[in-house]
Amino acid sequence: MGWSEEVLEVLNRNEVGTIATVPDAGLTGVLNLCDAAPDKEVVTLSSEEEGVGLMLGLWLGGRRGAIFMQSSGVGNCINALSVPAATRTPCVMLVTMRGQWGEFNPWQVPMGKATQPVMETMGVHCYSVEDTKDIAPAFNAACGLAFNGGFAAAVLIHQRALGTKVF
Amino acid sequence: MPDLQSFESDAQGLLLRRPLVAGVLAERGDALVVTGLGSATYDAAAAGDDDANFYYWGGMGLTAMTGLGVAIAQPDRRVLVITGDGDMMMGVGSFATIATRAPVNLAILVLDNEQFGETGEQAGLSGGKASLSEMARGAGFENAMTVDGSADPAEMMQLLYETPGPALCVAKVAKGNEERVLPSLDGAYLARRFRENLGYQKP
Repeated sequence: MGWSEEVLEVLNRNEVGTIATVPDAGLTGVLNLCDAAPDKEVVTLSSEEEGVGLMLGLWLGGRRGAIFMQSSGVGNCINALSVPAATRTPCVMLVTMRGQWGEFNPWQVPMGKATQPVMETMGVHCYSVEDTKDIAPAFNAACGLAFNGGFAAAVLIHQRALGTKVF
Repeated sequence: MPDLQSFESDAQGLLLRRPLVAGVLAERGDALVVTGLGSATYDAAAAGDDDANFYYWGGMGLTAMTGLGVAIAQPDRRVLVITGDGDMMMGVGSFATIATRAPVNLAILVLDNEQFGETGEQAGLSGGKASLSEMARGAGFENAMTVDGSADPAEMMQLLYETPGPALCVAKVAKGNEERVLPSLDGAYLARRFRENLGYQKP
């Protein structure tokens, strides 16, 4: 079983029904699995911060969600991350990193470098993983922290785990 | 509201936001309400606090998306977002997100005073060439309209509470600020209260 299947299992175990995303190449596998799952729905966002607003609404209504995005999208979420902090509501994020490890595109580097510090400054609990076998356990831990304690929590998938994008 | 011929308006034909919001919320039934930061939150609070209200105090641009989340989670309840033109303009991309997801139980009421009322009444973008209802139509909203003091209350109520969503009503309202009526600032309390009202306990 690959990490995408393992993450789907974690979503099932934690009763996460809605995945909000601006996609990334590294997330294709797990997004396709979610699309195909009868009890999951994928909501495509125009910009990542919409997902933070959506997570609050889902939680208010008694449903659980998660945001899947690339690290650049974290920058779009900064002020929005005030919302889970102020409301003490869960906001679970699965983030594929860019600009971190042999990145070919210099435009990806500043936000890649800033992703974890920015998230932590905004109160998000971050688990960075460098090996694909650690993704699902970290994601399960993030779900537990978020849904039980009312926190924002993110798993940052290091470029070393998925391989650096090249042209 | 079968006997109401029109909502209150001023000499320019612009709707008065307080009686408009009070009139709309008087007909809410069991609708769940999410309000945008600033005056929309105060207008809803002035109409009477309610456990089925969630008030934004920050997170500008996100109100409609939170409405979408509630609508997905509570498909059997009508969900009404009440917000201002600035909040909706900042989250204008969410028109496309919402129209694509197409929640039949979601309606949005934008109180459009064409200005940033909270920060000193600077001119906003919706008083010039930009039309929020046209932007929503372009994003895929089939039911989107802009109304002023000549609005038919029955037609507006139908759009907000009965027409299959997503539905949008942009109400052109008078400029200026009303007295601030402040609901709780405690976001954790507001979220917990809203959930408990729906039967959810933790965290």
